[in-house]
Amino acid sequence: MSIFGLHYKLERSAIGFTLAVIVAASIGGLVEIAPLFTIDETVEPAPDMRVYTPLELAGRNIYIREGCYACHSQMIRTLRDEVERYGPYSLAVESKYDHPMLWGSKRTGPDLARVGSKYSDQWHVAHLINPRDVVVESKMPPYGWLMRNKLELNDLGLHLKAMRKVGVPYSDAQIANAVKDAIGQASPDSDEATGVSERYGEATNVRAFDGLPGTVTEMDAVVAYLQILGRLTDAAHKTPMKAE
Amino acid sequence: MSVGERDPYTGHMTTGHEWNGIKELNAPVPKAVLFFLAATFIFALGYWILMPAWPTGVAYTRGLLGIDQRMTVAESVAAATRDRAVWAQKVIDGDYAAVQADVALMRTVRQTGRTLFGDNCAVCHGQQGQGGKGYPAIAKAPWLWGGEPETVAETIRVGINAAHPDTRVSQMMAFGRDNILERPELLKVAAYVHSLSHKSDAPAATLKDGKAVFEANCVACHGDDAKGKRDVGAPDLTDNFWIYGSDLQGIYETIYRGRQGQMPGWENRLSSLERKILTLYLLDLRQTRN
Repeated sequence: MSIFGLHYKLERSAIGFTLAVIVAASIGGLVEIAPLFTIDETVEPAPDMRVYTPLELAGRNIYIREGCYACHSQMIRTLRDEVERYGPYSLAVESKYDHPMLWGSKRTGPDLARVGSKYSDQWHVAHLINPRDVVVESKMPPYGWLMRNKLELNDLGLHLKAMRKVGVPYSDAQIANAVKDAIGQASPDSDEATGVSERYGEATNVRAFDGLPGTVTEMDAVVAYLQILGRLTDAAHKTPMKAE
Repeated sequence: MSVGERDPYTGHMTTGHEWNGIKELNAPVPKAVLFFLAATFIFALGYWILMPAWPTGVAYTRGLLGIDQRMTVAESVAAATRDRAVWAQKVIDGDYAAVQADVALMRTVRQTGRTLFGDNCAVCHGQQGQGGKGYPAIAKAPWLWGGEPETVAETIRVGINAAHPDTRVSQMMAFGRDNILERPELLKVAAYVHSLSHKSDAPAATLKDGKAVFEANCVACHGDDAKGKRDVGAPDLTDNFWIYGSDLQGIYETIYRGRQGQMPGWENRLSSLERKILTLYLLDLRQTRN
């Protein structure tokens, strides 16, 4: 067998064999890197794509902290049953500003990619405090402390700055006003609230998510985040679902 | 370099290495391994040609079969819609009474409706429509906005206190928190409202005062007879169905804090067919429950 003959010769030459090992190992790297060459084609254009507000970003961090991703995915696959249950399948652009992405692969609970504005804030609050108060069959653990914990506000600007480092287009004004915007988003009719829609767009939810205007709790942040899931862009709803 | 020699017992060559008189055979790779190796190579080659595979700088090779997962799902959704059209068209075309009268059709509606209800409505209203605190027991409780099929379908479409532009709006003011009523008045009117549906042991004078407060503040929405008004979604206070608790404490809390329950509108999430199926399912559920 000639291929084994080649190997027989190759392993007897130190330099030749080293080069061969490098070539073989770099194939593994290439397979991971090469798909990124087509990233422009993979990530669909979505001019209406919004960034997370500081409050939503804080909620996202709490979502990660509490390990929600271990039981909830955020990725609707291109399968008929998923599309019929959850809505349009997820597009790459929808996770454009997710660092890290939270697609997940395990669904003990349902997928959350399109949960934004599906249920009321009150429902989310009641459900997070004790899931079985609203869904008798639920096996989700309670997260009552979200209501008791005040949200850590001081480092929000730094979080935004870090996100900008990895490509999220936060403006200087957004970074400078991060704390104010987080308070404003959870306190409708306050002075801070007007700046939120100015900097993040009219479509931004400005509500007392936890039902208590004035205090910014971790509950505010998590509910604000859940209510924006799947709603940063309408691109997925515009993608043609018809076969050609 | 050591040179191999032929092993007299097996007929294979040796590698030429020798350790304390032990020589290593250089037996060829088994045929089966070579076969599977070759088979996987050929499979990969075919896959590259037929399926999307190689990046080419700005795009990627699409493959001869032209398979695209997004097209596949679009086709299977379209196929499912075609399969359903046999009965779905009857639901779309028929008015509610006609569909309800069609026993075979209702069997399908019930089946599909249960799934839709479970995915979208059950988290608040309960799997059996039994409701919970803050969420009406829609399988049993009297309608807040009216029980005509068209009215129910409209409520599902626009929601209550929702983001939909045509949403139904129902706000109960926070009579205590917003200092509309003083605490003694709150207590009296709570006692009066409680007495409308319960055997009350409150003094007659309290109930009389409470009634006066009620007439001054509550009748605009709940009606002179306290039986509620459907055009503003104000519930009947004389029956045994309560959204936020029927005891004195619960009633007091509702009057103190006000209520503005929210139901999302479903126009953007569910098709008109799906909303019609849900309406039919819900009406059917109530019929079997009551």
